Amino acid sequence: MNAVLTWLTDGAHWQGYDGILQRTWEHVWYSAIALAIAAALAIPLGLWVGHTGRARFLAVNLTGALRAVPSLGLLFASIMVLGSRLDGELATLVPTELVLVVLAVPPILAGAYAGVEQVDAAARDAARGMGMRGSEVLFKVELPCALPLISSGLRSAALQVVATATLAAAVGLGGLGRFLLDGLAVRDYAQMAGGAILVAALALLIDLVASTLQRVVVSPGLTGKTDRRDNALRRLKTTAAS
Amino acid sequence: MDWVLGHLDDIGSYTVQHAWLAGVPLVLGLLIAVPLGWLSRQYNWLYTPLVVGTGLLYTIPSLALFILMPLLLGTTILDPLNVVVAMTIYTLALLVRTVADALRSVPDSVTASATAMGLRPLRRLFTVELPLAVPVISAGMRVAAVSNVSIVSVAALIGVPQLGSLFTDGFQRDFLDPIVSGLVACVVLALLFDLVIVAATRLLTPWLRTGAPTGRAA
Amino acid sequence: MKGTTVKRTALLTSLAATAVLGLAGCGGGEEDPLASDGGDSSDSGGGGSVVIGSANFPENALLAEIYAGALGAAGVETETKLNIGSREVYLKALEPGDESVDIFPEYTGVLRDYFEPGQPGTAPDEVYDELVASLPEYLKVLEPSSAEDKDAVVVTQETADEYSLTEIGDLAEVAGDLTLGGPPEWKTRETGVPGLEKVYGVTFGDFRALDAGGPLTLNALLDGQVDAGNLFSTDPNIAAEDLVVLEDPEALFAAQNVVPLVRTEVLTDDIENTLNEVSAALDTDKLGDLVTRVVIDKEDPEDVAEDFLTDEGLN
Repeated sequence: MNAVLTWLTDGAHWQGYDGILQRTWEHVWYSAIALAIAAALAIPLGLWVGHTGRARFLAVNLTGALRAVPSLGLLFASIMVLGSRLDGELATLVPTELVLVVLAVPPILAGAYAGVEQVDAAARDAARGMGMRGSEVLFKVELPCALPLISSGLRSAALQVVATATLAAAVGLGGLGRFLLDGLAVRDYAQMAGGAILVAALALLIDLVASTLQRVVVSPGLTGKTDRRDNALRRLKTTAAS
Repeated sequence: MDWVLGHLDDIGSYTVQHAWLAGVPLVLGLLIAVPLGWLSRQYNWLYTPLVVGTGLLYTIPSLALFILMPLLLGTTILDPLNVVVAMTIYTLALLVRTVADALRSVPDSVTASATAMGLRPLRRLFTVELPLAVPVISAGMRVAAVSNVSIVSVAALIGVPQLGSLFTDGFQRDFLDPIVSGLVACVVLALLFDLVIVAATRLLTPWLRTGAPTGRAA
Repeated sequence: MKGTTVKRTALLTSLAATAVLGLAGCGGGEEDPLASDGGDSSDSGGGGSVVIGSANFPENALLAEIYAGALGAAGVETETKLNIGSREVYLKALEPGDESVDIFPEYTGVLRDYFEPGQPGTAPDEVYDELVASLPEYLKVLEPSSAEDKDAVVVTQETADEYSLTEIGDLAEVAGDLTLGGPPEWKTRETGVPGLEKVYGVTFGDFRALDAGGPLTLNALLDGQVDAGNLFSTDPNIAAEDLVVLEDPEALFAAQNVVPLVRTEVLTDDIENTLNEVSAALDTDKLGDLVTRVVIDKEDPEDVAEDFLTDEGLN
């Protein structure tokens, strides 16, 4: 444990092209790209599924099946298939991002469609009664009401992506996973454990930022009334829907 | 395809080992998550530290956890126990929140009536609260099962044989057949786990089948 | 109504850490007995069969199968545990207190460097003697084979033509614009980046940590992510992909003869004699052919091992 602390607090380990700051930055980048792509795919799809009720069966099973795909196997397979068609760093970066996107889509998709589905039918009817068109109902009523669930889907995706982005190092890229592999290669267990702690700390930090953002973004009309139990129930619906 | 047919027995035995390494921790994780979830209901101040703390465990990279396990447990490096304990930690990370939330979602009126009927907390937990929480816990178990099947494959990097061994073997030899068979077997195994959990849930919640449909609780 | 919300997060970082540690501790304690009930059906104890392990690359798994086949034919009961990660991971399995594996196929140079880095020898005999002297009590190496699988600096044919490269030293003038790929430990290892600089005056513009002569290094070399890479000399992809191995006249890379590494405690005359016969029967060309069948023709290591043993009359 002391060795780990020593490793983490040594200023020299924080600087340079292979320092902690640089590796953290890379790690954040790998994760951010994957989350952005996954959100761009899964949120519209989830809203559409939730709004129309169409293809729900497909969405539920797609999320289930994607979750079951082991990241390691998918990474190897996509490097073998895609890697030879790409040049330079893209040959490993694209497969890595693909794996992270596959990991991030299910929770985001589930959050989005479950979020829209759980909107009170009365609210929806009221919106229609006020003369809103389908798209208006979606964007003015359902989307704001679904935000808490969408953001909890995003948060859960972010946690998984940050934890799994260590795979980037396993295929020769950077990120915090480098400390795990470089530490292993020279039997420096302090470095390995230090790397693992950094990943967990980064994930926690990102979750804290996200929860703050969530509080800002979500309408107080939704949060103000909710007590502990509603929060719990809402979370359950994401789990259940997935 | 020829490769698959010639290696059905390998794929089969890897699948069985994979099922053990992913399944045993699922049960262990549930057994530990229930008391923790219950504690977080009994002592409200425990909720956030327990849920956040265990949730954080999920962010430990699996390769690091697998490799550091023998140092923490004093086990031998090839001991499947390393994988079982590590996977139990990941299962806990997912299930503590689920169990805690599931127990909290049991309406106060129900717990109050159970108490009024003279049930002590422990009895109340097993006869009233847990049964009512089954659908939600089951939903969490399904997520954990699938996640376990996926993470276990990383144990191939530390020499514990299971379906992930097909990934490393194929990658080393630039050979897609083993990798694809491993991927398919993992998805099938996850599906089997899912079916078992769904079936168990139906058995444990007879009231959901008899009464009027109450919607998709799980 | 207990009106808590999730607003305490600021306080919680430290609490969470405590919870993590506490849980990890009690989790482990509760699980031990249960888990071993479920998991150890295939575990071998100390008695009975001899366990042969291998590193996670095809040639090593193949050698382990050859050892297992030969020992089996000699009446020694064996069991294999193949593809156990990198040396840093798997050598722990031989240590006292672990002892879950008894025999590994190894290579003289890297094994010597593992136990005592920085020794001067590069010729096969020197390296072997230094290795024997560096081994801990609980381990023994048997007779080395003439079969060698050495570290090599490899470039593509185009790169070799472009800069007219035949030996490592030729890189000295151009390396500043080039990227080297190799296993993570090359960054600091005597025979890696520092050695290239010291022995040949070759300083690459960049170094990328990939894998130990595996598919990552090969692919990175082929798709241009790196200009030079560390592969192993028996790698059949070198011939298949028309790669060029740069000569090493200054012998930066030490000899890497295949050698059985055995736990002293399990070593018997039977094991010693059998494995020495195997080592004598192997040479670099034969090993290269066998590896080609596994890696290029995708044959199973067991089958290839069996064919070899039959050809050599060892089973």
